[in-house]
Amino acid sequence: MSHGPAKGLSRWFLATNHKDIGTLYLWFSFSMFLLGGSFAMIIRAELFQPGLQLIEPNFFNQMTTMHGLIMVFGAIMPAFVGLANYMIPLMIGAPDMALPRMNNFSFWLLPIAFAILASTLFMDGGAPNFGWTFYAPLSTTYAPPSVTYFIFGIHIMGLSSIMGSINIIATIMNLRAPGMTLMKMPLFVWTWLITAFLLVAVMPVLAGAVTMMLMDIHFGTSFFSAAGGGDPVLFQHIFWFFGHPEVYIIILPAFGVVSEIIPTFSRKPLFGYASMVYATAAIAFLSFIVWAHHMFTVGMPLVGELYFMWATMLIAIPTAAKVFNWITTMFKGSITFETPMLFSIAFVFLFTIGGFTGLMLAIAPADMQYHDTYFVVAHFHYTMVAGAIFSMSAAIYYWLPKWTGRMYNESMGKVHFWISFLGFNLTFFPQHFIGLAGMPRRIPDYALQFADFNMISSIGAFIYGASQLLFLYNVIATIKYGEKTTVKKTWEGANGLEWTQPSPLPYHTFTTPPEFK
Amino acid sequence: MADQATSTLVKKLMLAVVAMFGFGFALVPIYDVFCDLTGLNGKTSGSAYQAVDVVVDTSRTITVQFLASNNDKMNWAFKPAKTILRVHPGQAVNTHFFAKNPRDYTMVAQAIPSISPGRAAEFFHKTECFCFNKQTLLAGESIEMPLQFIVDQDLPKDVKTITLSYTLFDVSEKSLASR
Repeated sequence: MSHGPAKGLSRWFLATNHKDIGTLYLWFSFSMFLLGGSFAMIIRAELFQPGLQLIEPNFFNQMTTMHGLIMVFGAIMPAFVGLANYMIPLMIGAPDMALPRMNNFSFWLLPIAFAILASTLFMDGGAPNFGWTFYAPLSTTYAPPSVTYFIFGIHIMGLSSIMGSINIIATIMNLRAPGMTLMKMPLFVWTWLITAFLLVAVMPVLAGAVTMMLMDIHFGTSFFSAAGGGDPVLFQHIFWFFGHPEVYIIILPAFGVVSEIIPTFSRKPLFGYASMVYATAAIAFLSFIVWAHHMFTVGMPLVGELYFMWATMLIAIPTAAKVFNWITTMFKGSITFETPMLFSIAFVFLFTIGGFTGLMLAIAPADMQYHDTYFVVAHFHYTMVAGAIFSMSAAIYYWLPKWTGRMYNESMGKVHFWISFLGFNLTFFPQHFIGLAGMPRRIPDYALQFADFNMISSIGAFIYGASQLLFLYNVIATIKYGEKTTVKKTWEGANGLEWTQPSPLPYHTFTTPPEFK
Repeated sequence: MADQATSTLVKKLMLAVVAMFGFGFALVPIYDVFCDLTGLNGKTSGSAYQAVDVVVDTSRTITVQFLASNNDKMNWAFKPAKTILRVHPGQAVNTHFFAKNPRDYTMVAQAIPSISPGRAAEFFHKTECFCFNKQTLLAGESIEMPLQFIVDQDLPKDVKTITLSYTLFDVSEKSLASR
């Protein structure tokens, strides 16, 4: 077990080491983040002014679709899977993941899936243009021919996610250090355990949905075609049965990350550990029974609207418990504001805004006005960007010194944070207003009264996009020239098994299980 | 690392994955059964209603609107004889729809009804409807298709207007091939 990494490219192609695979996942997701981000830049450039300036409406639709698909499935999900691969064995004192070879396979499926998806951009008829929610019949009867490639891309990506989550569950259940009971696990491990169960439950449903699409398109079935006795609304039910748990799949690991970081920089243990675990489980359970709140305008009966409205609002309770616990952890702590902490505090603040707009959207009668407007776009970017991406940035700054044995540039990190914070809010806060005023999402052109806010939004987006290049530079500069550090505990307030290991982390850690008290 | 506990757990999880894939498909019949049982979705019964002797409730008048539309690739002329009828609950009402096949070949069509508001669906009874059967029209042929319906007396009081919409689907390929 004492051998080092293999030489050359085979280290990566044949990787079974959890740290190598984690690294691959993280770099892959960052490259997808830049690709999806560049699509967002095209979208915002077109929306800079009313009228059609740069691109055709059909290409605009391809951009919104690909932006959503790549960010959700290519950037955020693999980023957290990468973090799980890297950190979970370290946090529970395991030598590696439970199934290292399958781990290799689940990673290498991803570049294949996204190469297939990205190649549709160069096909006749263009890339998928039906939105990341791919509602039938827009994605079946009226779809471009490339939809078949899209379907296979989703299948492969789903397979990768399912294998990854099986691996994570097996690792957490079987490889914990002696003495680490479930209720002593770090919260990041807990949130990932629950997330992995969500993935096992809903990714197959997504696979089923795209399989039905495939059959409708090529094999003459009519799952979603009213002409053959099917029902397009059925598609929405199946999609959101997957889709709502999916948004918690994205956000729960982010909850885990900030639950690690906030206690470290507050120099206090996490307030309400047990309630955090139960709240996470409650959110995961509720995510299965609220899906139709995405469909308030399809013509549901009153009882349906009421049920999904109240059930959705119920989610606010465990979520509020979490926010309360984070704030209480900080209360009277001796807080310092290093970059990871800045991102985490911004996460709590901005995610709460996203949560509140979610509550507004949950009100069925009000949703008739908000549905499919920019208000929705603002809402889910407050949860996805300020939620998932901010926590991901925090995680990178937090553990990078541990991984590399080199300290990142703190002032550059803080500059990255403040530009991100400013750019993000400049982009998405005005979108609440234009949404309430009635601007629909997914349109390349808009009425003149929305012009000013859209311009502000576009400027903000360019600032936010540019700040990510600074992040990339900071990370590369750290790896190459960062100030060397061999301190085991990078952060004095940090707790957890990962900080008992040397910096930089050796290729193999915990070859014998640690003592856990 | 694949010790006994791990491989048992992985087998269970893979079983869960297969089961959830199946569940995705099971949602299709579940959805239909749910809509049937609750009368949601504006789907009316696909078979004729056996009229029961009841008193006509002349204290209420319900406006029934008719809509006729073609599905995307259908090209028949298709319209209701009267677009609006005012009826009393319990009264058996007769009307009809026109259809004409403008093409120079035989076509088969199936009309699919839908009721709005959806909760009125279970109170709208069709004793005779062209939608119960496929309609075959020769080249250039036209037809008057009968519809007889009764609005139930138990229709909720606040429903004043019912819209019955028919969409005509081209089923020539499947019907003519099976002969």
